[in-house]
Amino acid sequence: MQAELSRRSFLRASALAGGGLLVDFSVPVHAAQGAAVLTAFVAIDTSGAITIAARNPEMGQGIKTSLPMIVAEELDADWAQVRVEQADLDPARYGPQFSGASMSTMMGYLPMRQAGAAARDMLVRVAAARWGVAVAEISTAASVAHHKASGRSLPYAALAQEAAGLAPAKPGDLRLKSPEQFTIIGSRRGGVDTPKIVRGDPLYSIDTRLPGMLHAVFVGPPSPGAVLRRVDDAAARAMPGVKAVIPIQGVKAKGTFAGSVDSLTDGVAIVATNWWYAQQARDKLVLEWDESAAQGHGDAAYAARAKALLDAGGGKVAFKAGDAKAALGKAAKVISARYDYPFVAHNTLEPQNCTALFKDGKLTFWAPAQQPENGRKLVAQCVGVAEGDITVHVTRIGGGFGRRLMSDFMAQAGAIAKAMPGVPINVLYNRTDDITHDFYRPAGWHKFKAGIDQSGRLTAFTNHFVSFGPGEDPQFFANMAPFHMPEGLIPDIEMTHSVFPTIMPLGAMRAPTSNAHAFVFQGFLDEVARAGGRSLPALMLDLFTADKQFGETDKAGETPRSFNTARARAVVQKAMAMSDWGNVPRKPGIGRGFAFYFCHRGYFAEVVEVAVKGKAVTVRKVWAAGDVGRQIVNPLGAEAQVRGSILDGLSQALNGQKITIENGRVQQSNFHDHPFARIDRLPPVEVAFVPSDAQPGGLGEPALPPVIPALANAIFDATGKRLRSMPFAL
Amino acid sequence: MGGFDMAITLSINGAARSVDAPDDMPLLWVLRDELNMVGTKFGCGAGLCGACTVHMDGAAVRSCQTPLGAVGAAKITTIEGVGETPIGAAVQKAWVAVDAPQCGYCQAGQIMSASALLAATPKPTRTQITQGMSGNLCRCASYHRIMDAIELAAKETSHAG
Ligand code: FES
Ligand code: FES
Repeated sequence: MQAELSRRSFLRASALAGGGLLVDFSVPVHAAQGAAVLTAFVAIDTSGAITIAARNPEMGQGIKTSLPMIVAEELDADWAQVRVEQADLDPARYGPQFSGASMSTMMGYLPMRQAGAAARDMLVRVAAARWGVAVAEISTAASVAHHKASGRSLPYAALAQEAAGLAPAKPGDLRLKSPEQFTIIGSRRGGVDTPKIVRGDPLYSIDTRLPGMLHAVFVGPPSPGAVLRRVDDAAARAMPGVKAVIPIQGVKAKGTFAGSVDSLTDGVAIVATNWWYAQQARDKLVLEWDESAAQGHGDAAYAARAKALLDAGGGKVAFKAGDAKAALGKAAKVISARYDYPFVAHNTLEPQNCTALFKDGKLTFWAPAQQPENGRKLVAQCVGVAEGDITVHVTRIGGGFGRRLMSDFMAQAGAIAKAMPGVPINVLYNRTDDITHDFYRPAGWHKFKAGIDQSGRLTAFTNHFVSFGPGEDPQFFANMAPFHMPEGLIPDIEMTHSVFPTIMPLGAMRAPTSNAHAFVFQGFLDEVARAGGRSLPALMLDLFTADKQFGETDKAGETPRSFNTARARAVVQKAMAMSDWGNVPRKPGIGRGFAFYFCHRGYFAEVVEVAVKGKAVTVRKVWAAGDVGRQIVNPLGAEAQVRGSILDGLSQALNGQKITIENGRVQQSNFHDHPFARIDRLPPVEVAFVPSDAQPGGLGEPALPPVIPALANAIFDATGKRLRSMPFAL
Repeated sequence: MGGFDMAITLSINGAARSVDAPDDMPLLWVLRDELNMVGTKFGCGAGLCGACTVHMDGAAVRSCQTPLGAVGAAKITTIEGVGETPIGAAVQKAWVAVDAPQCGYCQAGQIMSASALLAATPKPTRTQITQGMSGNLCRCASYHRIMDAIELAAKETSHAG
C-alpha cells in the first residue's frame, strides 16, 4: 500500500511559476528559482543543474546519496550536475519517509527508478515534438537528448520548462533500463554531503541557528515513570543567561509507534542564551520526583527473575514442529547451555536534540528524526497542535542506530517552544541525559538443548527464551523474529518463551532483536557442531542442503522476506572460500570462528580471526560475505556500512557495553562507562557481495549480527573458553 | 549575575573575535552559542570523544575542556578555518577522496586531530596514527576510511614538501 501511495504521489507534475517559489510544498526544497519541476523528485533549472529530492532521513547509512543515484540513473542525468536536497516531511507527495529496518532502499528502489524515468520520458517527448521525430528515435545520456539520425542534440536545460507542462506517463507504461545499461547504479559515489561535512558546514539539527534562538536543557525523570511533585526554580532562574524555567507536564501518547513507548515525560526546561548557561543552571534546580513506579526494577533483579523462569522451564509455545522432547530422548548426544545479553544504549554521537518554533498557532521543526511522520503525530498528541499546523524540516542526523525512531525530543522541543511563542528553541541533551533517557536494547536470557546423532547431525532443538512483556508474549523490541533458524530446517523443534514486565523504555538498536539473537543461537550451534566433531559452517551447510524457501510470506515486487536456503548456502560457501576456512594451520593463541545470520532480508556469513593473550583479545581479521539482492546501488557506501556494522558489533562484545539499572535509574553516564571501540581496534575487514536475483534490500543492519557469535566462536577456538554472556569477559 | 561584562578578544581562524562571556565558559560553547560557529561539535562534554577538537596554537585541544579564560592570546583554528592551512586542506581533500564520513558528526573533530598530528608528524606510522587519533570516537566506526584518509594526506603533503 505504501508503494502505491508513493507512486501516486510523485506523478503530480507541476510547473513552477517564476517567483512563486517554495510556497507550494510540491517543489523539491530549495530548487533554484525558475527551475522546472518535473516530478516530486526532479527539478531542472535553466543552467542545467538538476535538483533531486532525497526523501528518507540521512543518518550515515548513505540513503541521501543512493536513492538520488537511482533517480539520476533512469533520468540519464549527469551526476556531476546533480544537487541533492533533503525533502521536508510530506509523505503524501514523497511516499514513506522513515529511515529504519534497512527498508529505505527496498521500498525506494522501484519508485525512484520510476521517478527518474517519468522525468526523462517528459524531456524526451518535448525533444521529439521539437524535432518532429518519434520518441523511440531519441536517446539520452549525461543530461542531453540526442537524435542520432539527424545528429541533433539538446541539453535537458533547454527542454525542462516545456517538459514541466506535460502530464507524466503512468508508472506501468514507463520503460526502465535493464541492469547492463546502468552507469550510475552500481558505481562508487562519494556521499553528497561529504564536501560539506569536511568543511564543518551546519548540516545537523544541533547546528540550527535562527534569529533570536535560545537554547534549552530538558531535565527529565531520573527513572522511568517518575512523577514531578515539586519544583523550586528560584535559584536556577537567577543564574546568568537564563531566560525562562518551564515545568512541562507529561502526556502519554497513544498509537504513534511501537506500543506508545514514545511519549512526553514530566520535566523542567531551562531556557538560556547559551546552552552552557542552561546546563549550569540545572544544578540549582530543586526537584522532587515520585519514583515509586520504578522501585525494584534493576538489572540484577531482572536477571534473578529470568534465572528462576529458566530453572522452572516450560513457557508458552511460540513455534513447534514434530516432537523435540522425544527426539532429544533418542539423540546420541544432548548439548545444553544458557546464554544472555544485557541492556545497551545507542549513544548517537550527536546527542538527542531538536529545534522548534511556535508562531501564529503553528509549529515548525528542524528535527533529526528517523521517523519524522511519527514525530509529528507524537507532537500533535502531546503538545496539542494539529498535524496540519506542523511543518518538519528533516536535518542530517548525527547517528541513528534506531534511537531516533523515537521522537521524544520533538515533543520536548514542541512543548517548550509552545510556551515561548515566537522564540526558536533548540533543546539539547547532555551525554548523561542521552544515556539515561534512551530506549534501550533489552536484555534477554535463553536456555537451549540440542540433540545430535552419531554423525553429528542436528536432530532436535529447543529454546526457552525469557524476555520482557506485560502479558504472555514478549513486547515489541524484546521479541524474536517471526521466523528463527533452525525452524523449518529440522523436523523436531520447539521454541517457547516466558516474560515478565519491565518499566524500562525499550527500543530498536541497529539490527533489532537480531543483534542479540544471532549471538545466542549461532554461539550455541557452534557448541553443537563441535560436540559432533564438526565445524559450524559444515553444520549450517548440512541444514541448508535442500533447496527450500519458507518462513515469512513474500509479496510480489518486494524484497523477499522468506528464508531461502540456496542464498544462505552461497554466502556460507563464499565466506569459507574467502577465509580459506579449514585450510589454515593452527597456531597457539590464534583462533577462528564462523557465524551465519539472516535478518532484515539480508544474508551474511562472517569469519573472525583472533589472537588471545591472557585476557587480551585482538581481532586480526574479519571476512564478510553478504547477499542483499541483485544490485548494490553504491558499493562505496555499501562497504562502509558493512565495515561499520562489523566494528560496531565487535565494539558491543569487546568494549564492555552494558547498561545497569537500580530502581529504574540507569547507572552509566558517559563514554567512559559505556565505551565504544576506537581506531586502535581496527582489524582489516574483507567484504564480498554475493549477488542473487532477488530485489535489492538494505544494508544498514544485516552485517552486524553474525560478527558477535563469530567472535565468540573464534575466542573459543583460540582458548577453549566458551562465552555465553555479553559483553565478553575472559 | 553578570561578572562577565568585560569583552574578551579571541583570535579565531586569523580573525579577531570579541566575546562577552565568563572565564569558565568552555571554548566549545563560546564557539557554538556565542559566535554561532557550529562546525565544532558537542559529543560528551567530558574530554572523552574528541568531537569538539580545535587547534590552540596548532595543537589539538578539546574545546569542551578548555575554559575561555585559558585561551588568552592563543591562535584558535576551527574546522571552518583549517582548510586555509596546507595540511588542513590536504586532510580535507583526502577525507573527500576516500569518502570517510558516515553520519559525519565526528568528522570535524577527526579532521582537526588528524591535521594536528600531520603537522607534528608528517609521515606517521600506523601506530603513531592510532595514538594520535585514539581520543576521537566515531560511533559509526568509520575508522578504516579515517586511517586511509590520513595515510593519503600524509603521502600528498610529504610529496608537496
Ligand atoms: S565534546 Fe569535548 S571531548 Fe567530547
Ligand atoms: S561518522 Fe558518525 S560518528 Fe563518525
